[in-house]
Amino acid sequence: MTTLTLAKALNEGMRKAMEDDSKVLVMGEDVGKLGGVFRVTDGLQKDFGEDRVIDTPLAESGIIGTAIGLALRGYRPVCEIQFDGFVFPAADQIITQLAKMPLRSLGAIRLPVVVRIPCGGGIGAVEHHSESPEAYFTHTAGLRVVACSNPADAYTMIQQAIRCDDPVVFFEPKRRYWDKAEVDTSLGGGDWPAFDEARVVRPGADITLLAYGPMVKTCLEAATAAEEDGRSVEVVDLRSLNPLDMPAVAESVRRTGRCVVVHEAPVFSGYGAELAARITEECFYSLEAPVLRVGGPSTPYPPSRLEEHYLPDLDRVLDAVDRSFAF
Amino acid sequence: MTADASRGAQAPPELVQLLTPEGERVEHPDYDIDLTPEEVRGLYRDLVMIRRVDLEAVALQRQGELGIWASLLGQEAAQIGSGRALTEADMAFPTYREHGVAWCRGVDPLNLLGLFRGVNHGGWDPAEHNFHLYTIVIGSQTLHAVGYAMGIQRDGAVGEDGAATIVYFGDGATSQGDVNESFIWASVFNAPVVFFCQNNQWAISEPLEKQSRIPLYRRASGFGFPGIRVDGNDVFACLAVTRQALKNAREGQGPTLIEAFTYRMGAHTTSDDPTRYRVQDELEAWKLKDPIERVRAYLFKNQLADQAFFDKIDAEADELGRDVRRRCLEMPDPEPLEIFDHVYTEPHRLMDEERARFAAYLAGFESEESSR
Ligand SMILES: Cc1ncc(C[n+]2csc(CCOP(=O)(O)OP(=O)(O)O)c2C)c(N)n1
Ligand SMILES: [Mg+2]
Repeated sequence: MTTLTLAKALNEGMRKAMEDDSKVLVMGEDVGKLGGVFRVTDGLQKDFGEDRVIDTPLAESGIIGTAIGLALRGYRPVCEIQFDGFVFPAADQIITQLAKMPLRSLGAIRLPVVVRIPCGGGIGAVEHHSESPEAYFTHTAGLRVVACSNPADAYTMIQQAIRCDDPVVFFEPKRRYWDKAEVDTSLGGGDWPAFDEARVVRPGADITLLAYGPMVKTCLEAATAAEEDGRSVEVVDLRSLNPLDMPAVAESVRRTGRCVVVHEAPVFSGYGAELAARITEECFYSLEAPVLRVGGPSTPYPPSRLEEHYLPDLDRVLDAVDRSFAF
Repeated sequence: MTADASRGAQAPPELVQLLTPEGERVEHPDYDIDLTPEEVRGLYRDLVMIRRVDLEAVALQRQGELGIWASLLGQEAAQIGSGRALTEADMAFPTYREHGVAWCRGVDPLNLLGLFRGVNHGGWDPAEHNFHLYTIVIGSQTLHAVGYAMGIQRDGAVGEDGAATIVYFGDGATSQGDVNESFIWASVFNAPVVFFCQNNQWAISEPLEKQSRIPLYRRASGFGFPGIRVDGNDVFACLAVTRQALKNAREGQGPTLIEAFTYRMGAHTTSDDPTRYRVQDELEAWKLKDPIERVRAYLFKNQLADQAFFDKIDAEADELGRDVRRRCLEMPDPEPLEIFDHVYTEPHRLMDEERARFAAYLAGFESEESSR
């Protein structure tokens, strides 16, 4: 066991993947000498050289487009998009090419490309640096979409994403980059939790909180606070958004009978809408209350002096828990 | 200067310089400038004032009053020179670093601080000073500028009293698809636009070699319009070259790419640590080319200004710094419900619903407080 920050766990995971497979490449803006603006790729260029850790020209469409070409030639590129708001210039390559090319080849082509995206708010940044664009990608068939919430998962999930033969959009909760936890780096891939499975991170009996990425921690704090009111709150970390581990979600919600979905992204047409609809379809007779959603307002991410009001926090989660029980 | 498409390719690799780092006036065959002493003193004042605003902003960020700041240190001449070349009718499209251009356009520096403090996303009306909002997504604004220029064309606002557009971007930005598309549009439509690229040698940690194998100004020739490199630390040259390019644009000769060769003396932003990727020697070499020092030397040598003048400007700059600081600290945080303002122009059901629900939620806390 070693204590790692989430950023360092990603770094160690990528390092391990690069050691294990010489076809793994890291590419993006400022990923080399600087080690990325969040230092997630720190030291990789020094140890693996400029051919494997590539400072690209400043063009996101170019990063993903050339990653596709490298993948066609047998490489496994791990692309860093510097901030969530800057994935959009690459949206064309991701949506029209990366997601669909394997199918168009009837399976002859595999595109093991990882698109790493630091996501979410809470760091006091300017515009375009705090967004949660996951629903655009979960809505795009052909992409796997995952979100890590803690250092241990960061370490294993980034390696699983790199080993995966499908393209993976990998969301990293940037405000949790500096959170520390114990990580067991000695375990082999066989001992890791499956890449596409959710996990109950805190068992409870009365209500289920569904979250992923940065909101898992917020939900855990809410669960602790709710316990003082005598409520037993279960927290499920979805980990994989597409595919969704619906059996795990349904099992939890059937047991507790209540569910609140929490994400930073706007509620309207957000990922929570898919969860709420599916839970209603599959768990209808177990539900004591409608599935409630907590998320950002349906507005652009506000200037940072307002972000504490925009972002779901402990109070907003507890408020939803109260509303669920009031039903 | 003509709109001859081949001119870009034939231009000498040297940069246009009218004032040496030592403050000597030099001649250039294609560009000249005739400035009154008053005008030179005005440029000097601009340079000093905006550097002072920038310094104050960096300090405010260090003290936690701004979330982040992108310093223009070292790029003052490129921005003041090009900014002062604009007529009132011309329209400017900036990145996030164009504080000097904002100054020339008459935008209150406080507006810039507001964005970096996080009280708004810009919040000024671009039409008020013909200065568009800062654009953070690299390269996007180049297309907006060309579209705006196409509008000018369609309005028939050409000729001496017409208007042109200038768009700012960095060396890194030249790799973006949007920027290259904007070159194509401008060229095909002969749009009245000046592409003003401040090559400050760095895109965060990436040196120019990561973006280009050829000098950036030479890119223009492939797109079919002239490109020219100017000493970006020479305010006279930046003014002269930009003035000419804008004039050509207004007179129907289409776009020009100006590469202002300069240097980012500070970190990329206050969040950046340049010691990780660049050497101090480089910085020292560029210090000798400081954009303000050479104008000061010129004024002094030619007895166009005395010590009293420099002291007066310094005092004025300090006063501006204090004023900017005071008003920054006084800037109120926006009200939470402002999150819902201006998202749409027309009434919008979802906004109304969410605003009402959020207001009720906030009111719940207030009644909790008062019942305590
Ligand atoms: C589309 C996009 N990708 C990435 C970024 C992050 N980013 C901000 S500034 C910058 C470097 C810009 O370099 P350059 O164009 O040379 O301008 P400079 O900052 O040097 O003035 C990067 C990569 C961004 N803002 N937008
Ligand atoms: Mg630059």
